[in-house]
Amino acid sequence: MKKILKSTAIVIASVAISGIATTAQAGDLNVVSWGGAYTASQMKAYHKPYTKMTGTKINSIDYSGGLAEMRAQTEANNVTWDVVDVVISDAITGCDEGMFRPIDIDKEMAKAPDGTPASKDFLDGTLKSECFVPLIIYSTVFAYRDDAWGGKKPTSIKDVFDTKNFPGKRTLQKSPVNNLEWALLADGVPLNKVYDVLDTDAGKDRAFAKLATIKKDVVWWTEGAVPPQLLADGEAVFGTGYNGRWFSAIAEEKQPFAMLWDGQVLDIDGYVVSAKSKNLDEAMKYLKFATDTQRLADQAKYISYGPARKSSGPMVAKHAELGIEMGPHMPTKYADQGFLTNFAWWADNADEMKERFAAWLLQ
Amino acid sequence: MTDQTAAGGVVLAADGTPLKASLNRALRRNRIRAVMLVAPLLLFILFSFLIPIFDMTFRSVDNWHVGTLMPKTSAALAGWDGKDIPEEPVFVALVADLQAGAKSRQIGKVGTRLNYEKSGLRGMITSSARKSKRLKEGPYKAKVLKMHKKWRDLETWAVIKRNTAPYTIGYYLNAVDMKYGQTGEIVMQPENRRIYGKLFIRTFAISLAITVICVILAYPISFLLATLPLRYSNLLMIFVLLPFWTSLLVRTTAWIAMLQSQGVLNDLFVFFGLVDDENRLQLIHNLTGTIIAMTHILLPFMVLPLYSVMKTIPPTYMRAALSLGANPVVAFVRVYMPQTLSGIGAGSVLVFILSIGYYITPALVGGTDGTLISNQIAYHMQSSLNWGLAGALGAILLASVLALYLLYNRIVGIDNMRLG
Repeated sequence: MKKILKSTAIVIASVAISGIATTAQAGDLNVVSWGGAYTASQMKAYHKPYTKMTGTKINSIDYSGGLAEMRAQTEANNVTWDVVDVVISDAITGCDEGMFRPIDIDKEMAKAPDGTPASKDFLDGTLKSECFVPLIIYSTVFAYRDDAWGGKKPTSIKDVFDTKNFPGKRTLQKSPVNNLEWALLADGVPLNKVYDVLDTDAGKDRAFAKLATIKKDVVWWTEGAVPPQLLADGEAVFGTGYNGRWFSAIAEEKQPFAMLWDGQVLDIDGYVVSAKSKNLDEAMKYLKFATDTQRLADQAKYISYGPARKSSGPMVAKHAELGIEMGPHMPTKYADQGFLTNFAWWADNADEMKERFAAWLLQ
Repeated sequence: MTDQTAAGGVVLAADGTPLKASLNRALRRNRIRAVMLVAPLLLFILFSFLIPIFDMTFRSVDNWHVGTLMPKTSAALAGWDGKDIPEEPVFVALVADLQAGAKSRQIGKVGTRLNYEKSGLRGMITSSARKSKRLKEGPYKAKVLKMHKKWRDLETWAVIKRNTAPYTIGYYLNAVDMKYGQTGEIVMQPENRRIYGKLFIRTFAISLAITVICVILAYPISFLLATLPLRYSNLLMIFVLLPFWTSLLVRTTAWIAMLQSQGVLNDLFVFFGLVDDENRLQLIHNLTGTIIAMTHILLPFMVLPLYSVMKTIPPTYMRAALSLGANPVVAFVRVYMPQTLSGIGAGSVLVFILSIGYYITPALVGGTDGTLISNQIAYHMQSSLNWGLAGALGAILLASVLALYLLYNRIVGIDNMRLG
């Protein structure tokens, strides 16, 4: 028996230790981001020029989102992450809980080349938290297999919920976020009324009821890399995913997919600085550099996310390696077909909606 | 050895000290040495296992947020009778707390805590804290009530008052699909929010199924391993251990490639005409996928204890039974199998307890009906950041595993379990 206890303890302990991340040396800047093509674009556009200019080494760390690690570091009073790339909803929560440093956007961030103060240069509605400097606009959007239904092509979000005319599996994120909005859109709610309807009990029931009509045709995903894979394997004909992932599947891997921009949900992603960062000065210096007009425009050469500054927009040109025009692949070009996610509504309702969604999945 | 006996009848050692004392000293030295040897392991278990478990369990009842971050409001609400919206003194305290909380940037924690009990209170607290900076002088009641409609709701005040207590059972209620009702009584969650009870039952059922399948699959393999000549059994052993040494993620994703509807297995079925191309079997992203992948991953934990027990059973027992007239089946069931029970017990406990806590594999291949309670715990740890609820779910899981373990001990006896 003792042996069992001991061997079990060793197994558990070794699992625990493998979770402990390696920490970097002091003096270097630890910048945390989402990994994959996105981090690669930031390395090329921000990190390399910054290191060249200042000599400061930047350690790029990957994570999969969420505030768990930041909260753990803050609570343990041992913050090793200096600059973190977060979605705006996490920025708001973390800012309210004191994890992130408030930033005076006009005083501390770079002006546009023509002298416009930063607060006027960032796109309207993107400065929603005083700790947050926006980098990109991305969207969660449907794509479909172009060869799935002969010559027939879906044109609206309603077609996603039409399993008779467009049969096949759909792959959706295993989360109520966005899916409830899409269900209402497909049920005939206009774009600008979605959150008003969702705020009522009847509206929530309506969204879940509409979602139930395709429940048996849905493969749920949890990792952003999965939906392009499922479509490529023919496991699904429709999928929701981040537009940058669809772009690389279509443009770089030449997959037979097409975008359905209708109903795209725009979201904002950007940098925050840890309130307890040990390299606060360096972090702020990096932040000012990385979020200036040129850097944001440079990033768009490597990935199809829209830069968050107005002044960067006209500078977006061709993909640095593929040579294709990036403009038509930017979600901001199709902004009128979608809507900006309502962070405040989700901040209040995510706990309840996610529980209800999990219960709904079990039914 | 020349034993000396002193006047009092005490046996003395060679150096003249009493033998008993000198023996004790030697034993103590040995004990200290033994403790020193295992000290690194003990410390490691303490820091990486016991303290985290204690910490998370404590979080499942800890309720410091409101009392610490809104001390004035908490004090002012102590005398509130709950029948009507509180009077001006409470609002004076509330505004002071909100202003202080906004300044120290901690008020979001109160919002987060309250939002677990009632949706919308996070927004009420954080937006009111921002607006409170502009409030210069009273009376505050009318001004605060105008800030957010939820301040005019009696239930809001009941929730705040309830959470001024330093400890709560709210997380445990949530973990068993219950909650506080509008007047503070404990009620079941509405039907469309009940998940954890179902998930606990499913987790135990799936773990049991996996354990049974593992026994059925591992028994013949272990028998072969234990009885075949060495050169064959070594090869077989490598087949058992090779997947054991391969990364968990690699094995799980390999199952995805095998089982998906455009995958290897379905292709073979279609090729041999077992299923037609339109109706490929759904073998992954559901319960089937979870059971197949987890059985494969946990199989070595069953094979190894069984093998090591079977290895110690002398083949002469079976020969004796046969020569005494039993037919092979009877001899196997009545002579061989009872001797392997300790291995079955050890393997089953290992597999069952491991599968109860499994989460990576079900997360990847479980779809909707193949996910376990551990996936919800991981979700609350990583995404929703409701560590209190994660702690409560974990504590319930830990308690039920311990209960099952004691039950096993009572019925089978833990001393009958052998790993070799």
